[in-house]
Amino acid sequence: MLAIYIVLMLMIIGAVIAIEIKSLLSSVIAVGAVGMGLSLIALILNAPDVAITQLVVEIISVIILIRATIKKDLPESTTEQRVMSGVAALVFLAALVLVGIAVFKEIPPFGQPIMRVAGEYLANGVQETGATNIVASILLDYRGYDTLGEATVLFTAVLGVLTVVRRQGKKSEKSGGGSDHE
Amino acid sequence: MSKEREQGMSLIVKTITRLTVGLILLYGIYIVTHGHVSPGGGFAGGVIIALAFVHLLLAFGKDTAFKVLSESMMSILESTGALLFLLIALIGFVGGHFFMNVLPKGHPFNLFSAGIILPCNIAICLKVGAGLFAIAVALVLLKLAVEKEEK
Amino acid sequence: MVAYVMCMALLGLGIYCVLMKRNLIKIIVGLVITEYAINLFFVLISYRKNGLAPIFAADAPVAPETMVDPLPQALVLTAIVIGLATTALIVALAMRLYEKYGTFDIAEIRELKG
Repeated sequence: MLAIYIVLMLMIIGAVIAIEIKSLLSSVIAVGAVGMGLSLIALILNAPDVAITQLVVEIISVIILIRATIKKDLPESTTEQRVMSGVAALVFLAALVLVGIAVFKEIPPFGQPIMRVAGEYLANGVQETGATNIVASILLDYRGYDTLGEATVLFTAVLGVLTVVRRQGKKSEKSGGGSDHE
Repeated sequence: MSKEREQGMSLIVKTITRLTVGLILLYGIYIVTHGHVSPGGGFAGGVIIALAFVHLLLAFGKDTAFKVLSESMMSILESTGALLFLLIALIGFVGGHFFMNVLPKGHPFNLFSAGIILPCNIAICLKVGAGLFAIAVALVLLKLAVEKEEK
Repeated sequence: MVAYVMCMALLGLGIYCVLMKRNLIKIIVGLVITEYAINLFFVLISYRKNGLAPIFAADAPVAPETMVDPLPQALVLTAIVIGLATTALIVALAMRLYEKYGTFDIAEIRELKG
């Protein structure tokens, strides 16, 4: 179990680097390191489906983020930090600590899940669905509604991206607005 | 050849891409079709297939990538995936309720087993793969348009 | 228990980044880190000591009682793909803002707009 703590420590270090480094490209690559750590932890904790999916999703998300930052390596903001955002951050982090303390009293200890529902799936899954990968049988048979909702959200997100990057209809908006010359 | 050299990356990258892109696609198809007997499934396999096409797009430029999978084909594939998934769910009404596993279960550990899970995996793979490739293409081409305007 | 605390620290780092940074790309980075922390919590809570992956094999029969919890894994699998799609949407919006204002700094964007 020492491996988990080492990888978790690496993830936290990667997150701190991603947040505090000046160069945007280095920040994005550090986020890639955090995602690889998550994939490794899923592999160590016997979740191979999550590990494969996280690995490939990480690659494609780093590609998208690098395309967004390349050749636009702007320095960090020079404007002063406002007091309000600092106060908001403090309030949120204090609330997080309070909720965390309350949750850690109730949560089952690490390595002993409750599994009231999942035990049923594991015991009867092969007879009821015929799939030997229990995660697939939960995803597409027992809880198909979740996957249907996921497909809807993905469709909406693709539609949103294609609408935002659309170039038609941009000309008339530009001649009317012209706010980018201010 | 000279026209091909204008777009995309260097010759080394293109040669390696020719070798690897088919293997990546094959691995993605394997992950999808064996999703119910081994780790993987529609999500991971769909993203791997999308990554194969993104690989082609980054190495060879947009013309070659669109020759393999055009924009209209992408939207057709994504709609097909969504409708196929919904259709499989609706077929469940034959047996009683939405998402019922009406197809024969087969013998466990075989490839053709588990009723609706294999067709569902293929539908999700089409949907996720086409959707993510559309997102990647849109963002990459938007980037080029922005650069052109700045010049 | 230490693993849960470290996961919580990762979540706190992500929220701090979203609230304190002025750069749009840094805000996206903070959102991605927050999302990873939540996915990590689901993976951690599904772990059983000396458990096996929830996949049956033909040649090596295992008892279902020794497997890890498959339910959080199935839930987090959909969350990962949704997270990628929403990240792409945010990146598209950020690139549009850069095209219009020529900067990623949200304070400057606010001043230019006014």
